[in-house]
Amino acid sequence: MTKSDPFAGERLKHSPFHPRQAALNLRNAWSSWNGTQFADYYYDAEYEYFCIRNSCATYDICPMQKYEISGTDAEAMLDRMVTRDVTKLKENRVTYVCWCTDAGRMVDDGTIFKLGPDRFMLTCGSPSLAWLRKCTYGYKHLTVTDISDTLAGLSFQGPTTCEVLKKMGLMDIETLKPFGIMHFPFGSGSLMVSRTGFTGDLGYELWVQTDLALALWDALYDAGEDYGIQPYGEAATNMARLEAGFIMPGMEFNEALKTVHFHHDQTPFELGLDWLVDFKKARFNGRSALLIERERGPEYTLIKLDIEGNKPAEGSYLYRNKRCTKQIGYVTSAMWSPVVKANIALAMVKTKHLGENIWAEIYYEKELRQNSKVAKCTLQKKPFWAPPRARATPPQPF
Amino acid sequence: MTDYDAIVIGAGHNGLICAAYLARSGKRVLVLEASDSVGGLAATREFHPGFRTSVAHAISQFSAKIARDLDLSTHGYTPGEAMATVGLDEAGNHVILKGSTVSGVGPDDTAEFIAFRRMMQRYSDVLKPFSLKTIPHIGKNSFSDIATFAQMGLKLRLLGKEDMQELLRIMALPARDLMDEKFDSGLLKSLLSWDGLIGSKQAPRSPNHTVLSMLYRMIGDHGGDPAIPAGGIDSLISALAEAVMAAGAEIRTSTPVERIKIDGGEKGLSATGVVLADGKIITAEKIISAADPKRTFLDLVGVDNLEIGFTNRIQRLHSDGYVAKLHLALSGLPDFTGLESPDGRMIIAPELDVIEFAYDDAKYGGLPEHPVMEIVIPTLKNASLAPDGQHVLSAHVMYVPHDLKGGWTAAARDQLCERVIDTIARYAPGIRQQILHQELLTPYDIAQSYNVTGGHWHHVEFTLFQMMMMRPTYEAAQYTTPISGLYLASAGCHPGGGLMGGPGHNAAHEILK
Ligand SMILES: Cc1cc2nc3c(=O)[nH]c(=O)nc-3n(C[C@H](O)[C@H](O)[C@H](O)COP(=O)(O)OP(=O)(O)OC[C@H]3O[C@@H](n4cnc5c(N)ncnc54)[C@H](O)[C@@H]3O)c2cc1C
Repeated sequence: MTKSDPFAGERLKHSPFHPRQAALNLRNAWSSWNGTQFADYYYDAEYEYFCIRNSCATYDICPMQKYEISGTDAEAMLDRMVTRDVTKLKENRVTYVCWCTDAGRMVDDGTIFKLGPDRFMLTCGSPSLAWLRKCTYGYKHLTVTDISDTLAGLSFQGPTTCEVLKKMGLMDIETLKPFGIMHFPFGSGSLMVSRTGFTGDLGYELWVQTDLALALWDALYDAGEDYGIQPYGEAATNMARLEAGFIMPGMEFNEALKTVHFHHDQTPFELGLDWLVDFKKARFNGRSALLIERERGPEYTLIKLDIEGNKPAEGSYLYRNKRCTKQIGYVTSAMWSPVVKANIALAMVKTKHLGENIWAEIYYEKELRQNSKVAKCTLQKKPFWAPPRARATPPQPF
Repeated sequence: MTDYDAIVIGAGHNGLICAAYLARSGKRVLVLEASDSVGGLAATREFHPGFRTSVAHAISQFSAKIARDLDLSTHGYTPGEAMATVGLDEAGNHVILKGSTVSGVGPDDTAEFIAFRRMMQRYSDVLKPFSLKTIPHIGKNSFSDIATFAQMGLKLRLLGKEDMQELLRIMALPARDLMDEKFDSGLLKSLLSWDGLIGSKQAPRSPNHTVLSMLYRMIGDHGGDPAIPAGGIDSLISALAEAVMAAGAEIRTSTPVERIKIDGGEKGLSATGVVLADGKIITAEKIISAADPKRTFLDLVGVDNLEIGFTNRIQRLHSDGYVAKLHLALSGLPDFTGLESPDGRMIIAPELDVIEFAYDDAKYGGLPEHPVMEIVIPTLKNASLAPDGQHVLSAHVMYVPHDLKGGWTAAARDQLCERVIDTIARYAPGIRQQILHQELLTPYDIAQSYNVTGGHWHHVEFTLFQMMMMRPTYEAAQYTTPISGLYLASAGCHPGGGLMGGPGHNAAHEILK
């Protein structure tokens, strides 16, 4: 008789790609995401990062939450929930969206895939069924299905990705434009490919039913062998997305429904997501609060900083004087960027001090000794990393 | 130019009052009512050829200020005289309350009763001024808002320390605790708790708003004693309708509003008109819904036009009614054992536990084994409600669930109806022989025929978490709503339900600001 596992409910789930990923996780460097065992890195985060930038690499997005929303009310429901105009989204296109509470504080961001006239997929970082239940109340012709455990997703990013997919036999994949979706027969089912990602570079996301996940992995790794294919984990993702200027929950923003302290969450305006808030739309959640916010201006603004020196300004406070007595904000994410060759950071700064000097007080360790320095920061308007190849259609061949 | 300055949806007494105030200040007003007569829950209708009655059968707190403002006396409304409240006893040893007198109980209870009533009257006087006032929202207050809060504080202070402490102590106390500490007679305890319980999902052992409900009832002319006007409830409703028309407003019955027309612009959403069943649109600057808040927002406005958090707060409002109506057409005046004339308000609730157990049955979706009720014979005040020499009996029966387990089948309705009549027959043994016709309206029936969600007495439960600046919910508690140009004016707003007119009056005041 087998002994029952007293910790059964506590153990992390395995992603459908787990057998392959476990074999490649040389360092056993696991963390978790939404209850699924998840690689922090496989061998070396920097190496994986360079694969994203120079060849191609895969990132497991199975633990991301995916909801299929279908029915004749699906579009209306989503359109009311998110700040962007969903009615403009065409079939087989993806759009990046955020959604807010009544008070205009950001609940989460994610993407909406339009799969058919009345069929959408919503993806987001955190489980959102409770929120969706609130959003769907009052809509009769609509079903929401949590497909997080039945649809496997593999993000495939880097300059050689298109070439690999061509080699895998995905006909005309080079014609797929950013935020487009294509479908291909695959094994006993089908493969959906969207030209999306979280690295600011050329890349795709591959979606199959979970029973086809390993077959997809094998086909992709076969095709990618000569193109330097490599899995990457959370650490490398975080580097790539910071260079691209993408925000991360728990770093740049705190999900409003999980925030305890008043205004420790953010509005889209604070996060520089003004372009997602479509006031031409008369109805969306948080609209009246956001209208006031737009007129008054956000209290904080998320900015990109180029910081002198090479010490990452992780967790630094920002000041408007070099003596560091007048605090104006804080760094949310920071790193030395190998591609840009700069010490970069995302930071929240009180909007009213935006035109002024910004100094970061950086703490760092050198052989067990704590040091600090004050570094001058320069405001950057553009994303640190946005190469033309990210958007080129067809992508350049290799 | 819009068709009207204001459209009022629903011709319940609150809708009529609001319309009358607006029309008197020169607005072009249209009142649209779904059913074929005005008055809402207070409408008088025929339930058997020649026999008429209304769901709401007595008045205990109609505002004298409103009656004056709208000249209701010239339109035929004269407040009725206070009626006695009679606690029926099978053997005829009834307990009778009228004003500050009580009979049928011992000397200790009598003395306690006098003191109790005085105390409650003092507390009720504290609340009284706020029934005809908008309760300010929290934060960002104007001077007049702050003055209202200050006035509340002052009123409390003026009570004196002991009274104030005692008020705070008993405010959310279960009725049973309060009664047990003061009285011996079971029947007296039931009578005094009754007005705190009726119309709500509360029993004697429930803490929450029972005491507040009692005080709220006492705001009226007779300190809480019910009355039926000389011309019956209908005389109030027809006086209100006349006042509306005399002020130049128009009333259309049998005209249900299908949807409120909401237009979106750069600034947000605004209500610009109503859409009728035939698709016809009537436009107005202001739309006032005197239909209940759930119906207003979820059906007439639609969730598309509401924010998500707000929608869910409305959806979760407690609004299931627990009062059923029995209407009997009688061949003669019923004879209650030991009662000279059934011209009071008669209550069948021998002791608090009988009320409690009836509630327990209903709480789980069942029918009360021993229903408790309040009975009046409206024909004693207004003989025109029945053919000569014949009578109508009207009873509010508690506790009857809106959602009966197994559904409201004809059999379930009959079973309850028989049970209620059997109960009455224990006190008026000859009544069965006098019955020409019987009608039982469950809360479900009331919801259907009177267009009131849940068939609820107060539209939304009158309870601590749905009171004052939370009534029906924040962001809609000052008669305005998140949609510009849309206002609320029904019992679902502060100060609540019952034939008193506060919501209609206060809404008009906000609209005319
Ligand atoms: C069983 C019962 C017994 C009661 N007994 C008493 C009593 O004895 N004494 C007392 O003081 N109070 C009593 N009440 C409470 C009292 O009747 C109500 O609180 C009061 O009548 C509410 O008035 P109102 O004007 O706010 O709403 P209502 O009287 O409910 O009027 C709302 C009106 O809006 C109309 N309407 C709704 N939707 C639409 C639409 N889409 N288009 C057009 N019109 C619409 C309805 O048809 C209705 O006429 C009782 C309530 C119940 C349920």
